[in-house]
Amino acid sequence: MTTQESAPQITEVEMITVVIDGFEVTVPKGTLIIRAAEKLGIQIPRFCDHPLLSPVGACRQCLVDVEINGRAFPKPQASCTIPVEPNMIVKTQLTSPVAEKAQRGVMELLLGNHPLDCPVCDKGGECPLQNQAMSNGNAESRLDGTKRTFEKPINISSQVLLDRERCVLCARCTRFSEEIASDPFITLNHRGALQQVGIYENDPFNSYFSGNTIQICPVGALTGASYRFRARPFDLVSTPSACEHCASGCDMRTDVRRGKTLRRLAGDDAAVNEEWNCDKGRWAFKYVTAIDRLTQPLVRNADGELVAASWPEALAAAAAGLKGARAAVLVGGRATVEDAYGYSKFARIALSTNDIDFRARITSDEEGNFLASHVATSAVNYSDIDKADHALLLAFEPEEESPIVFLRLNKNVKKRNLKVTSIATKQSIAMDKLNAEFIRVAPGAEGAAVAAIALTAKSVILLGERASESAGLISAAVALADKTGAKLAWIPRRAGERGALDAGALGTLLPGGRPVADSAARVDIAAAWGVDSLPTNSGRSTSQIIASLAAGELDAVVVGGVDLRDMYNSVDAIAALKKSFVVSLEIAPSSVTEVADVVLPVAAITEKSGSFLNWEGRPRAFDSAVAESLNRSDVRILSALADAMGTSIMLGTVSATAREISQLGKWDGARVPFTPVAPVNPASPSGDQAIIASWRRLLDMGTLQRGEDNLAGTRRQTVAVISEKRAASLGVVTGDLLRVSNATGAITLPALVEDIHDDAVWLPRNSFGSQPLTDLNAVHGQLVTVVKA
Amino acid sequence: MSNSLEPEKSAPLSSGLAKSVNDVSYREVDQPGPGSLAKQSKGFWVTFQAMFKKNQTVQYPDVKAPTEERFHGRHQLNRHPDGLEKCIGCELCAWACPADAIYVEGGDNTPENQVSPGERHGAVYQINYLRCIFCGLCVEACPTRALTMTNEYELADESREKLIFEKEDLLAPLRAGMIMPPHPMYPEMDENNYYRGEVTSAHPSQATSADKANQSAKKSGEVK
Repeated sequence: MTTQESAPQITEVEMITVVIDGFEVTVPKGTLIIRAAEKLGIQIPRFCDHPLLSPVGACRQCLVDVEINGRAFPKPQASCTIPVEPNMIVKTQLTSPVAEKAQRGVMELLLGNHPLDCPVCDKGGECPLQNQAMSNGNAESRLDGTKRTFEKPINISSQVLLDRERCVLCARCTRFSEEIASDPFITLNHRGALQQVGIYENDPFNSYFSGNTIQICPVGALTGASYRFRARPFDLVSTPSACEHCASGCDMRTDVRRGKTLRRLAGDDAAVNEEWNCDKGRWAFKYVTAIDRLTQPLVRNADGELVAASWPEALAAAAAGLKGARAAVLVGGRATVEDAYGYSKFARIALSTNDIDFRARITSDEEGNFLASHVATSAVNYSDIDKADHALLLAFEPEEESPIVFLRLNKNVKKRNLKVTSIATKQSIAMDKLNAEFIRVAPGAEGAAVAAIALTAKSVILLGERASESAGLISAAVALADKTGAKLAWIPRRAGERGALDAGALGTLLPGGRPVADSAARVDIAAAWGVDSLPTNSGRSTSQIIASLAAGELDAVVVGGVDLRDMYNSVDAIAALKKSFVVSLEIAPSSVTEVADVVLPVAAITEKSGSFLNWEGRPRAFDSAVAESLNRSDVRILSALADAMGTSIMLGTVSATAREISQLGKWDGARVPFTPVAPVNPASPSGDQAIIASWRRLLDMGTLQRGEDNLAGTRRQTVAVISEKRAASLGVVTGDLLRVSNATGAITLPALVEDIHDDAVWLPRNSFGSQPLTDLNAVHGQLVTVVKA
Repeated sequence: MSNSLEPEKSAPLSSGLAKSVNDVSYREVDQPGPGSLAKQSKGFWVTFQAMFKKNQTVQYPDVKAPTEERFHGRHQLNRHPDGLEKCIGCELCAWACPADAIYVEGGDNTPENQVSPGERHGAVYQINYLRCIFCGLCVEACPTRALTMTNEYELADESREKLIFEKEDLLAPLRAGMIMPPHPMYPEMDENNYYRGEVTSAHPSQATSADKANQSAKKSGEVK
């Protein structure tokens, strides 16, 4: 629709010159008058027009006088719906009294039924209607009848409130829901004066992207429950920031009032999130203040109790426990690049080990090998999806695990019919929206199905982090990419994983993708760090570190931002840490705090600066939004700890760390070789048995979503999904309770009969009432018993 | 005496451009001569006359004179005739304030906690009298006539904290016919009726529900 969007596909664009208000402007063919005028700096008032939505001409506010080839339109025309044409002369409100009068007239009519709510309306102060009524409206209204009234705000979901009196029927929200999110849960009902935005009778507006409708609403008709009556724009200090919730890498804006984050908005980055974000990124920020934060260092005393200590005491205790010990580092996927680099350097210099892993989840050696050989420093990006002829999703549920990737796929599906194929166990809402070809496989059998997919060099393979749970899947994807030349991208779920990988927080990699096994790479880093040598043996992975701690081969571990309950055999992991010396860097008490010997509090995302690398490897830098916080980033604390141990890592500030990382640059030598792994046969269930498949949804019981009940209200229902055939054999219909159990425990959930492999049962991971990882200790591909409860 | 005012002649500066203070010439001022008794008694006459005029001095704080009627004193947050607060927490006063003396946080009116008519009330309302310049722009900005100024001028205290007035310090007292909020709006009336002045006193049904809501907060609820 706009120049921006059509630019990537069309190589040569026909340019058209038009005259607007006496000025010539040359724009690509197809540009709308309103945007050609913008190019000249002429602002035509508008409500319904949005550069990323299709033109609709609903509000009629942008009326201008148009003349083509000397023939004028008899009436003013909506400039947001008419593309420029050769020999077009446009007169806006600045030069045409007719257009000016028409705009004032439209504004008067729009305000005719608009309530005088400005003092109580959340939009007051940043409202396009307020602003344009001032700039392009009459001070006095000639309409003195009774205004049309509706019932004041109605909850169209737990987080979105709709005030129909204020609506100017621009249809931005309904167009967004239909065109961008493909969640057509809201629509314009009724006609004439009673026309209104509404939801379907029994269907609340439970879209993962509903927050965007609030942001693009040009009046106060859609407002957010969590920001209701909290502040006015002049109260807020806005800081550009990046989203910490997933690897999509959204540009964000954080608004803070008196040291408290009140709202976050999607930023405008055409290359990444365009102007959108997901509801989790928008609303899940209260955890910073809601959860019981650690405020001071804690040290375990002789009685085995954690007691408050001063920083010097705590650092000395941590240094004493780590010095000379055989220690490892576990860093979670929430660390910024700078923090991950700090952990990486700390492990190599202060602990003299390569035993560091950022993967606080279910991992495999195949994945570790793949990350080192293919992903580190690679750069597949969003525009590759825009150019792709075929997108293959492997162990990846885009809407749940990386929502902006979903929006980008969806845009390409809608605009140019991008072919999407997903190899998965279960059909999903996202696959339905993407019109994806669904290749149904049993959990664990994904790898075998990959080879049969026909791709070209223009295709992209999007590999989710769950690929590590299915042996041979990554190898099959690599083989397919090698054979066809398709681009292979790895999309982790957590924001910090890609950055940690490139920062060298992996046993086989040094910063910048330098292989530990390569002596030139080691010399490179040793010289930059000013040390004589670096440890040479490749480090252990997360599961090996925990096994070694349990076996007594390691004595100590530094843990940052890891929840042990995200791992397989978490009970054993907690036991292994309990017998070791544990230094925990955390924002709040966690499963690690209970077994930690020294706990050091660190800054949460809004309190520190830093950067993430999103799945593309694109840096997403952000500044601290809450300036007066006393909490410090992990890297500063690690630096102090290294000083206390007498082996300085010289990373005193985040900016110094960022400088050091950029000076190191990327490795241009040979990569780690990739050793393919053969797929294993999936388990064969018999009788009541089923193979479990499970992943996390966007909105679940994640720590970073705590404290935001309105957001939790739009979570998808926790269900156990089984196929029709299994449902028939169990005598179960949708809604009946199912009991999924194994030797460890049982979970009882309502059943949902859906398109899923007959051998499989699906449960959400870490959801309300469904914790298969801790309750069943069951991972993807294992057998469980499914019976009617 | 006049000799001392003669400008001093300083040595000419080599550059000729830069001037020192001493280069500026003085003008001689007429000084009263020492012997003009007539002029002195003219001054004393003014003092003497004042002895027969009405005394303007007020023995404050023993005597407190009333201010002018429209004197800008301490603010007051008014109430509707049934006791509901007029403030809707819109922050327009804070926006208008040139001294940034006002801090407001809005709050949601719920059926259990209806503080003002309509959807929104002022949950936090502070005026910092160390900053306030009593210009009255806040009063002009207020869309519900919730904020007005009283004639109270005794605004001195020994700590900064005490000069930040909270909502309970600023709220008008309950008058006859008013009930302490929170309580529901007048039956069959909405906020527009309130703004048009169609609610003239509390309805008995409002009292019963207010009692329930106020059970716990009764003690601290009374306005100072």
